Amino acid sequence: MPYSDQLDIRITDSSLRDGSHAKAHQFDESMVRSIVAGLAGAGVPVIEVTHGDGLGGSSFNYGFSHTDERTLLKAAVKEAGRSKIAALMLPGVGTMDDIKAIADIGVSVIRIATHCTEADISIQHFGLARELGLETVGFLMMAHSQPPEALAGQARIMADAGCQCVYVVDSAGALVLDQAADRVAALCAELGGDAQVGFHGHENLALGVANSVYAIRAGAVQIDGCTRRFGAGAGNTPTEALAAVCEKLGIRTGVDVLRLFDVAEEVVRPVMDAECALDRLSLIMGYAGVYSSFLRHAYRAAERYGVSGADILIECGERRLVGGQEDQIIDIAVELASRK
Amino acid sequence: MPTTTAAIVGSGNIGTDLMFKLLRSDLIDLRYMIGIDPESEGLALARQKGLEASHEGVDWLLARDPLPEIVFEATSAYVHVRNAPRYREAGIRAVDLTPAARGPYVIPPVNLTQHLDEMNVNMVTCGGQATIPMVHAVSRVVPVPYAEIVATVASRSAGPGTRANIDEFTRTTAAGVEVLGGAERGKAIIILNPAEPPLIMRDTIFCAIPDDADQAAIEASVDDMVAEVQGYVPGYRLRQRPQFDPAPAPGGYARVAIFIEVEGAGDYLPPYSGNLDIMTAAAAKVGEELARHITRVNA
Repeated sequence: MPYSDQLDIRITDSSLRDGSHAKAHQFDESMVRSIVAGLAGAGVPVIEVTHGDGLGGSSFNYGFSHTDERTLLKAAVKEAGRSKIAALMLPGVGTMDDIKAIADIGVSVIRIATHCTEADISIQHFGLARELGLETVGFLMMAHSQPPEALAGQARIMADAGCQCVYVVDSAGALVLDQAADRVAALCAELGGDAQVGFHGHENLALGVANSVYAIRAGAVQIDGCTRRFGAGAGNTPTEALAAVCEKLGIRTGVDVLRLFDVAEEVVRPVMDAECALDRLSLIMGYAGVYSSFLRHAYRAAERYGVSGADILIECGERRLVGGQEDQIIDIAVELASRK
Repeated sequence: MPTTTAAIVGSGNIGTDLMFKLLRSDLIDLRYMIGIDPESEGLALARQKGLEASHEGVDWLLARDPLPEIVFEATSAYVHVRNAPRYREAGIRAVDLTPAARGPYVIPPVNLTQHLDEMNVNMVTCGGQATIPMVHAVSRVVPVPYAEIVATVASRSAGPGTRANIDEFTRTTAAGVEVLGGAERGKAIIILNPAEPPLIMRDTIFCAIPDDADQAAIEASVDDMVAEVQGYVPGYRLRQRPQFDPAPAPGGYARVAIFIEVEGAGDYLPPYSGNLDIMTAAAAKVGEELARHITRVNA
């Protein structure tokens, strides 16, 4: 089943949300305007704009935002043209007040994320979002950590709560080809016509586009990317490469591929502090299954305490930290420093 | 011989753990345990311990003679909102372990004796009980324009009530960080972690402080406060020394980060559920203080 009559899949670009991690949450209005206008001009149908850790994420724990996220969302809505603006929220970090506020601003898609065993903490948020007339997407984060059947059970909880598309979210960039496809297939089998299935990939093992194609073949109809990989860890599935690959495979995305190449080079790259690199720490995250947005925090803690960033991330994996536990990176670094 | 009579309403995990703590009290005579499920393990345990137990809810309790002097509510915010006026009408003091917040917040080492004449006091949240003492420890030394707490609890110790209304946790805890912690602005974050074996409750407390804050004085205040909480929660401890960081940029905040873990006493709940243990231990402590007060007033 295609996404719609016109599109086989719908792409959501998260450069202005997952990219917020790589930018240490320092987006300002002009950056948001230029990137939204560029992506919308290239026909990207959904553009996500939020602090990297979702609405209400501006904090000591995750990093304070340069500009209030509601200001950024207002700017995004103005520039969006025919594209939709999406926002992310994590129950436990943001609240229903945040959802109400962004609905008033004109955001049309809310994406609600939980760790992939904790879907039931999102029930009231999906309920509210639907009441407000928002389109709903559910994010099952760190999807590599659960087998397909368990993940499908959690997807069912979200769908029953009012979620219209449940994503397999490979937050650690740890899934490998069939592992992505099997999880997507299990969700499709469980949800049937009740909700769509999506896939969100990272590049920590250099498989963002490949995993996305596997996911599409297994039935996913919504796929995330970040232009120029501007995201967490080694970055996300590059949206422009994904769109190009889909075109070659005859998968309709509605994206003007050549125009998006220009946007990646001329609009997105100048906003980035650096290219998202497939370096040692990113590889460790994919290999050990560590939440991608821990990367910058691990770099900072390693420098502050004079310990190895690789050791920090390996310990994050051993402690089985989940998304949101950035505070424990400091705890780990202090402990490593005291052992020296 | 304890003279102040009490009841627990709610025979789930929290109510049952609280029962074990109150049964050890020299000041509280725990008489009644009330639930709504006849098959409840908590009610069966209560009968074994010699309490009068019923699954017929608050109507049953309010028909007892004598009525208890204190009721500990361990149901849900929704239920307590309905029950609170009935307790008040019957002249029963309520210690509310739900986030209903019908009465003022109490965190034992911050304001244990401040609301002894109130008919209803609220125990904030588990995360609040664990973290607000630390915010207070900092704010009694230096002004704290902003404080933020991150509570990580094992998935298994987050009950259906918490899961169904996680916003209530973040809102109530943030309000407590301001009202009792002494921060101008408070924020709370809660994370559930499903790791097996379940991890012990972890909390991180970040306080914004002046750049020239007296770090030694803050550390001493934190150590004193940890010792005070250990008086009723022995498994409450610092994981690291407090970590100080200067303001990253002009206009940013200098901060202190405090890392704690809370291991439960294992009365009924497993030790990793430090989040629930600190709630029941704090409620028992508040109950005992109320009992002392009632005895004084009656004398």
